[in-house]
Amino acid sequence: MNSKTHFRLLVLYVLVGALLLVLVGRMWSLQVLEGSHYQQIAAENRTRDIVVPAIRGMILDDQGRALVRNRSALVVSVDRTSLSRQKDHGTGVLKRLAGVLGTSYDEIQKRIRLCGPGIKRPCWPGSPYQPIPVDDRVDPKRALQIMERQEDFPGVTAQVQAVRDYPKPEGAGAAQALGYLQPITQVELDKRKGLKVTGYSGVDLIGRDGLEAMYDADLRGEPGFRKVLVDSQGRVTGTAEERAPTTGGNLVTSIDAGVQGAAEKALQGAITSARSQGRKADAGAAVVMDVQTGRMVAMASYPTYDPGIWTGGISQDEYDGLLGKKKGEPLISRVTQGQFAPGSTFKISSVSAAVKDGYSLNGTYPCPGSYNVGSRAFTNFEGQGHGDMNLHTALVVSCDTIFYKFAYEEWLRDGGMKPRKNPADPMVGMARNFGFGRRTGIDLPSETTGRIPDRGWKKSYWNATRKADCKGAKEGYPQVAKTDPARAAYLKSISAENCTEGYVWRAGDAANFSVGQGDILVTPLQLARAYAAVANGGKLVTPRLGVAVVRPDGSLVRRIGQAPPTRLPVEQKILAYIRSGLADVTKKGTAAGAFQGFDFKRVDVAGKTGTAEVFGKDDTSWFASFGPVKKPRYAVVAMVAQGGTGASAAAPAVRQIWEAMYGTKDRKPLLKNGRLPTELPRPPADGAAP
Amino acid sequence: MNSTKVGTVGSYRERGQWQHRVAELRRLDWTLVLVVMALSVVGALLVRSATFQLMIEQGKDPESFLKRHVLNLVIGFALGAVVTVLDYRLLRAYVPILYGLACVGLVAVITPLGSTINGSHSWIVLGGGFQVQPSEFAKVGLVVLLAMILGEPRDGEIGPGRKDVLLALALAGVPAALIMMQPDLGTTLVFIFVVLGMLAISGAQKRWLVGLVGGGLAAGFAVWFFGLLKPYQLARFTAFMDPSADPRGAGYNAQQARIAIGSGGAFGKGLFNGEQTGGHFVPEQQTDFIFTVAGEELGFVGAAVIVVLLGVVLWRGLRIATQAADLFGTLVATGVVCWMAFQTFENVGMTLGIMPITGLPLPFVSYGGSATFANMIAFGLLQAVHVRRRPFD
Repeated sequence: MNSKTHFRLLVLYVLVGALLLVLVGRMWSLQVLEGSHYQQIAAENRTRDIVVPAIRGMILDDQGRALVRNRSALVVSVDRTSLSRQKDHGTGVLKRLAGVLGTSYDEIQKRIRLCGPGIKRPCWPGSPYQPIPVDDRVDPKRALQIMERQEDFPGVTAQVQAVRDYPKPEGAGAAQALGYLQPITQVELDKRKGLKVTGYSGVDLIGRDGLEAMYDADLRGEPGFRKVLVDSQGRVTGTAEERAPTTGGNLVTSIDAGVQGAAEKALQGAITSARSQGRKADAGAAVVMDVQTGRMVAMASYPTYDPGIWTGGISQDEYDGLLGKKKGEPLISRVTQGQFAPGSTFKISSVSAAVKDGYSLNGTYPCPGSYNVGSRAFTNFEGQGHGDMNLHTALVVSCDTIFYKFAYEEWLRDGGMKPRKNPADPMVGMARNFGFGRRTGIDLPSETTGRIPDRGWKKSYWNATRKADCKGAKEGYPQVAKTDPARAAYLKSISAENCTEGYVWRAGDAANFSVGQGDILVTPLQLARAYAAVANGGKLVTPRLGVAVVRPDGSLVRRIGQAPPTRLPVEQKILAYIRSGLADVTKKGTAAGAFQGFDFKRVDVAGKTGTAEVFGKDDTSWFASFGPVKKPRYAVVAMVAQGGTGASAAAPAVRQIWEAMYGTKDRKPLLKNGRLPTELPRPPADGAAP
Repeated sequence: MNSTKVGTVGSYRERGQWQHRVAELRRLDWTLVLVVMALSVVGALLVRSATFQLMIEQGKDPESFLKRHVLNLVIGFALGAVVTVLDYRLLRAYVPILYGLACVGLVAVITPLGSTINGSHSWIVLGGGFQVQPSEFAKVGLVVLLAMILGEPRDGEIGPGRKDVLLALALAGVPAALIMMQPDLGTTLVFIFVVLGMLAISGAQKRWLVGLVGGGLAAGFAVWFFGLLKPYQLARFTAFMDPSADPRGAGYNAQQARIAIGSGGAFGKGLFNGEQTGGHFVPEQQTDFIFTVAGEELGFVGAAVIVVLLGVVLWRGLRIATQAADLFGTLVATGVVCWMAFQTFENVGMTLGIMPITGLPLPFVSYGGSATFANMIAFGLLQAVHVRRRPFD
């Protein structure tokens, strides 16, 4: 061996030795110096915290019947994060999944894309880090295929989950009152304290409307967690630690499924019948309230929808249907968010105001066919004159001209076109006392206030519209003039008037207001509360749906309170007088026809019709009632938008509701002895698997 | 080790052929035999540890990998024994055939006959669960062929001439190019180090070595700049620079391997008790990532013993190279040492995160038929050189 080779072999010795030393040194650093660090990572590597979602509480009626419950569903969901790590970004997996589920790749792709501007439903509105449910009505056999062949379906899970179910006991839907759930957004998720139900698809839902939203914290429960041992594929090999979830509380409401069902049926009937008479009848509401407590017994809104469509992804058609005008915006509760002029039902407030303002309760007043308010003639309904009468008869026959006179005289006393400094406006003040123009405070989100078009409102409205009016006054209406010069001239004069003095509270405004016409808007709930106040002797209650939160075993978590009622500043004798007037409306007044053959011995019902004119539309049909007259328990109000007269559309619906509650000779009453249960019911077994 | 008594002692001239063979047996490097056997046993245990739980989960025989590995080892030792007993000088006659076969195999691999496993088109599936990786055998062929060319007895010259060097480079370049096309970066690197090492030891002039290293570096830069690397190779390199960049993708192996080894601590979690191993967090754990099983279950102490055992193999290999009877023997032993040294460093280094991830098994330890056979043949080559070492030793 030559020396060169020998030397180079020695170099190779050294090199090899050095390489091995590097390896051992690195091992020393990893295993001995940093060993505990890696042991900790390894522990985290091997365990995974699985949050076990709590079963959401049910929403029950006053007798413990479930309005909303849970059903077990096999939910197949897809994890976007896991898909994005795959080579083809999950295309292969989704195609296989589409084959198993009997749908198309495109369909699944649509369901798991994230909602955003310009993205149509179906899309995922929740957190992108949550597994996204793509099907919640999977046949167990198909789900099994997915679970058994996990290697073919990485990122896809099939789990038994509880999903919302709406059994509609006694036909009670109450969709708008119950509300619906939607996946929690990432922002909300970040805000939420404590355990977050991630990793369990579509379970971290949040109430988006109605009682689901209002009592979300009570219903939601407390999720549990399980620390499980997993292998590299995420397969669970054991459990290290566990804490069981706490099922959410059940919400007991004052809704009575029977009455609710009857109210929905009656409302639907009124709409159908109004349409058969050629009316548009595009919306409606029916309310039943306990006049003593303000507890809501029924809240029906038309149009309505099946809240079940929110479960498991909603299609664009369904979503458009819910939000669009085409199907009448069924998400909007006409009870709490529908705002309409109340028409003559408003006269309970006007009578109270007039008497308080000094008009004699027992006086006799003329009821001509028309009354001149300033230079303009205001007429009774269909211009009918009734001669002289007392206020009782004025309510019974719904005379308007008496109220025009009161309103005009009061307006003049306030200074007319040149109002004095602090005008009394007794009718406006009384309307406020009856709770109009502000939220009732019911335990539902997004209640509207209605509108009292007083002097302040006129001024702000004038500020908002002045520009357009002044333009019309200056330039006229050449477009209209081409076909109808007279109308154009009229419009121009109106615009001129509005432009210069549109802010003034005019006599006509006062007259319209007194009979619930013009710019005044009330919600059916406000009107029901006002009638409840007349019925219960002047207590303006805070309406409530929620009665109590109870645990699954029936024990009480908390009773749901309500603000104490405020008092109407109206003397008892005036309220009694109004009650007796309203009692005659159903027997010999405007609603006598609708209540013909009604068994007043079973329940003596008093009420008032209302027919509110709406510019460019059919009249709004109202009927507001309470009963029994001697010892009032319930107020029942119905409204049909574009339904015609109060007597023709709303009154028959209200009659049906009363007949359902108290029964007829052919029909058993829903109420026992005219009462609803006062004891808390025992909740039913839920039946849904965790 | 020399105290081990095997057969009868005596001068082989006076005995027959059988006695002659027994006497040669005494001249074996028994240290190397014992160390390779120890590595094989440890390897078999680690292979079992890496696979039995997965097999149970899949409802298969938990010992199936162990059984096949033991079978591979037995065949491998037999091959090694045959190579030892053969006069390696006779190998020269067979080397062109061996080389040709390896090249044919490598060509076959890149045709549709080959199969892609783990992103590398390196296998020929023979059916019945058998598959061959020609590149493993090409390593053997390369070592012997280069030894033949560079170790040709020369008069007056210290190292191989230009013609020999160029011929060696050309003959090494063909299989290296074929392997690069699979693509199998790891084996290509093994080729480069074997060529470099053998050239150096053969006494080739310095300018060849410098030129080769410089050319290699230039080629590396060219590959980098012109984007000749496959995306997955690039991803492995990026992952090597920063394994946490993509912990679920390319960096996953590196990250999981490091966690498995690091969590073993000083003394390990005990054989068959590795939680990372049992949970199959590290992919390819019975083959390329077998060292992570050692790291987790046997700890620093156990893993270091494996590295030391491999070090002993290399030391014995270098010792054999030094004592070889001729340059051919020296070069064969050097080639085997360079091959094993680079493969050990690369394999262990990648599990420790100091080398980028390539698909190279750990010599004598990893599961895999072709690799085991090739390693055992190499082991046989070392013994063959040792048995016929210079008499003064």
